[in-house]
Amino acid sequence: MDLVTVWFLAIAVLWTGYLVLEGFDFGVGALLPVIGRDDTDRRVMINSIGPVWDGNEVWVITAVGAMFAAFPAWYGSMLSGFYLLMFVILLALIVRGLAFEYRGKGDTDRWRAWWDRAITYGSAVPALLWGVIFANLVRGLAMDADHVVTAGLLDLFTPYAVLGGVTTLSLFTLHGAVFLSLKTGGAVRSRARVAALRAATVALPATGTFLAWTQAAHGKAWTLPVVALAGATLVAGVVLAARRREGWSFAATAVTVGLLSVTLFGSLYPLALPSTTDPAYSLTVSHAASAPYTLTVMTWLAVVFLPLVLGYQAWSYWVFRKRVTREHIEPTPAYGGGGPGDSPDGAPASAG
Amino acid sequence: MDALDLARWQFGITTVYHFLFVPLTIGLSVIVAALQTAWYRTGRHEYLQATKFFGKLFLINFAMGVVTGIVQEFQFGMNWSDYSTFVGDVFGAPLAMEALLAFFLESTFIGLWIFGWDKLPRKVHLACIWVVAIGSNLSAYFILAANAWMRHPVGYEVNETTGRAELTSIWAMLGNTQAWSTYLHVVSASFITAGLFVAAVSAFKLWRERRDAAGVEGTAGAPPAGGERELFRSTLRAGLLVTLVAGLLVVFSGDHQAKLAAQYEPMKLAGAEALWNTEDAAEFSMFAVGDTEARENVIDLNIPYVLSFLATGEFGGTVEGINNLQEQYETAYGPGDYTPNIFVLYWSFRLMIGLGLAGVAVAAGGLWLTRGRRLPTNRWFYYATMLALPAALTANILGWLLTEMGRQPWTVHGVLLTAESVSPGVSLGEVALTLTLFTTIYGALAVVEGWLLWRYVKAGPAHLVPAKDSEGTDGADSTDRVPAFVY
Ligand code: HDD
Ligand code: HEM
Ligand code: HEM
Repeated sequence: MDLVTVWFLAIAVLWTGYLVLEGFDFGVGALLPVIGRDDTDRRVMINSIGPVWDGNEVWVITAVGAMFAAFPAWYGSMLSGFYLLMFVILLALIVRGLAFEYRGKGDTDRWRAWWDRAITYGSAVPALLWGVIFANLVRGLAMDADHVVTAGLLDLFTPYAVLGGVTTLSLFTLHGAVFLSLKTGGAVRSRARVAALRAATVALPATGTFLAWTQAAHGKAWTLPVVALAGATLVAGVVLAARRREGWSFAATAVTVGLLSVTLFGSLYPLALPSTTDPAYSLTVSHAASAPYTLTVMTWLAVVFLPLVLGYQAWSYWVFRKRVTREHIEPTPAYGGGGPGDSPDGAPASAG
Repeated sequence: MDALDLARWQFGITTVYHFLFVPLTIGLSVIVAALQTAWYRTGRHEYLQATKFFGKLFLINFAMGVVTGIVQEFQFGMNWSDYSTFVGDVFGAPLAMEALLAFFLESTFIGLWIFGWDKLPRKVHLACIWVVAIGSNLSAYFILAANAWMRHPVGYEVNETTGRAELTSIWAMLGNTQAWSTYLHVVSASFITAGLFVAAVSAFKLWRERRDAAGVEGTAGAPPAGGERELFRSTLRAGLLVTLVAGLLVVFSGDHQAKLAAQYEPMKLAGAEALWNTEDAAEFSMFAVGDTEARENVIDLNIPYVLSFLATGEFGGTVEGINNLQEQYETAYGPGDYTPNIFVLYWSFRLMIGLGLAGVAVAAGGLWLTRGRRLPTNRWFYYATMLALPAALTANILGWLLTEMGRQPWTVHGVLLTAESVSPGVSLGEVALTLTLFTTIYGALAVVEGWLLWRYVKAGPAHLVPAKDSEGTDGADSTDRVPAFVY
């Protein structure tokens, strides 16, 4: 296998890692108003992903950084081509990231309600838009000979792309609900199970159709078993969730998200960005790639450091392996303006 | 006004904004780790309080650093796709390394640190914050190596067939003189800023105590004994000490930066000095009013020989002037305007040095005034310490204005023009929209962040970790027990 293919694989691995990991914390965020009936519930939910969401998010930073290094033209065309969608994702990630950190640091209901909204929309919107973007990536965009995307915003919302968005949103919601049922206890856990089954009513048909469509229109011979397996693990995940086998169910939904990503990247290769204007204008992986020297340097780095990253991230998941329950949550936030026998001098009552 | 202008504004605004939080993260991560180490070693309660208190402020700031950083990572592709395609081979590598080597470390271990207080053994928990500190300081190196390459491109060649820059030596690029020199300068500036942050917060708390005590008597003296006086007196001095030490480093590295500029980007240095014509034994300008149309200065107030020394290390050294450089560039690169905005360069250079070193002077004075067990009675001492923080932040920003605007009209010096870097497919309307929304939301978030910092500073450490003696005997366990779930 040549270096260019290796790096296409590496990029696919990074994106897959991102979708599998951030997929469930997007799901948890999107479900915040559904499962979190009161503030304590919502804090249980947020704390279940609290220690790990930032580490999950770095997968996308690394994926994008690695595209920049290994396939500069792909990075340039894709980010400028999906300009407004990328911008909305950035806004969502900004408010969401701050919400986790800042939500508990004010103590009015209004303050928390605003940050709750930031978490909900900040999770649901990127969950939807990544699907739209990846579907467009596979399907292709209007693009000229210089690899400048000429498609307008509305051109990005073809039925196939919208279905892609619905697929990632519903699949991540399911994935997140299963995660919650695995990582929390009490009422949150049982509501999460119900939510998982409800999400499955959308995720099953959407994912099934999207996979079949992808396979029919863009797939390769070898992606067919991948698609079939993805469908099977999805069904298995839902059945296991119904039977309260939460750990296995989570493994199954994680594999489904992973296989979906494999299907998409597999269908795309050897192109990086197909042009619908004229197939000859498509950006190929080999055309987009950096020179062999850069790819060699990057390969060494990835070989040494990626296992290390996986190691310490796995360790952090292990440290926080226990379920989070209402009993773990202090009645007031860490600093809620009322330390024992003391009140802060004039902490404002309203936070806006 | 076209898409290029707005893209430039957007880059400037988002980067300057990111860099408000970055220097604090770089410095505070180390300071908090040091405080926690002191607690680990001595078991003294005040150190735990200080760790928690400054740790919270650090986290509030850190969150902003993270979310504004993501924008940075994406915007090269979004707004500067031609630049990205041209240099990605070289420039993308350090960015990817930064993510793989540093961001993963930081983000994973910050989670372990925030949530691990009563889950991890104390030693392991302490190690987590040190890993975060190392990660932050490491991440700065990679991004600065990338930035340094744009100012002094090394270890690459332009491939004639593809028309793209290609890396030829990663070691040359990471070992770029400009990279480590910039790193030293930026990191020392960051420690100045973080040191002054700690000092300013401590001064504020002491000033409050002093004022509240004075309220009763009607006279203002030193802050009263007891309370949090000892805690904040020691953090005040620690912050000032960090600033002073970093202040020495910033001068040496800054001097080196000027020498490198003279070598690699003479136009930047000439602009920073408003030196229109090449001179031997050039004078350092203290104050000048220039006429940028006539390309000369109307008023000049100079110190002889200093500029030559700063630029070349010799009092009689030759320093090239703007007009001469403009001619040279036209000969080398064809007709065009190779003169950056002299007004901005000149004033940002002076104010960077002035405001930043004013902060260092405050640190030196403050250390003297608080020697022994002293605490000044004069309120000006407290005001000056508090004002030094915004001064240092401004100095940082001005330094970047000098660096980036001084590189214009190039994005990669001598290789790629800014005008050739912008995304061809992105319209004026799109950039205008994103610029407006980014700016609006950044403004709103700045208010929120400021409010939170203010609130936590005002509430003080007692709300995070109760003071030991205020608890009575029953409270003994609650002083060591810290809630694990903090969100
Ligand atoms: C507290 C902040 C601070 C202080 C007191 C100083 N600087 Fe600085 N300076 C910075 C903060 C900074 C910075 C924000 O960190 C910059 C921007 C890019 C960089 O490398 O550092 C910078 C850039 C910068 C540059 C431009 C580098 C380039 O573009 O190649 C020069 C020539 C100097 N500095 C020189 C000095 C000198 C001679 C100083 C004092 C004697 C000095 N600086 C004090
Ligand atoms: C690394 C790739 C970078 C690119 C492609 C880049 C490009 C640019 C461009 C095109 C401008 C507009 C210049 C002008 O309008 O005069 C600019 C400005 C600026 N950049 Fe950079 N820059 C880079 C890195 C950085 C870094 C790492 C920082 C520091 C944190 C930084 C800080 C600034 C500042 C402060 C401005 C000035 C604002 C302005 O001029 O409008 N830049 N940059
Ligand atoms: C334009 C160039 C820059 C890019 C592309 C960039 C990228 C990023 C990204 C993606 C993050 C978030 C990391 C996370 O999620 O954990 C971040 C945060 C940070 N950046 Fe920047 N950055 C730039 C400029 C700078 C500069 C000039 C410095 C230092 C000298 C710096 C140092 C940091 C630090 C210390 C953080 C704190 C939070 C963290 O690393 O997690 N950055 N940056």
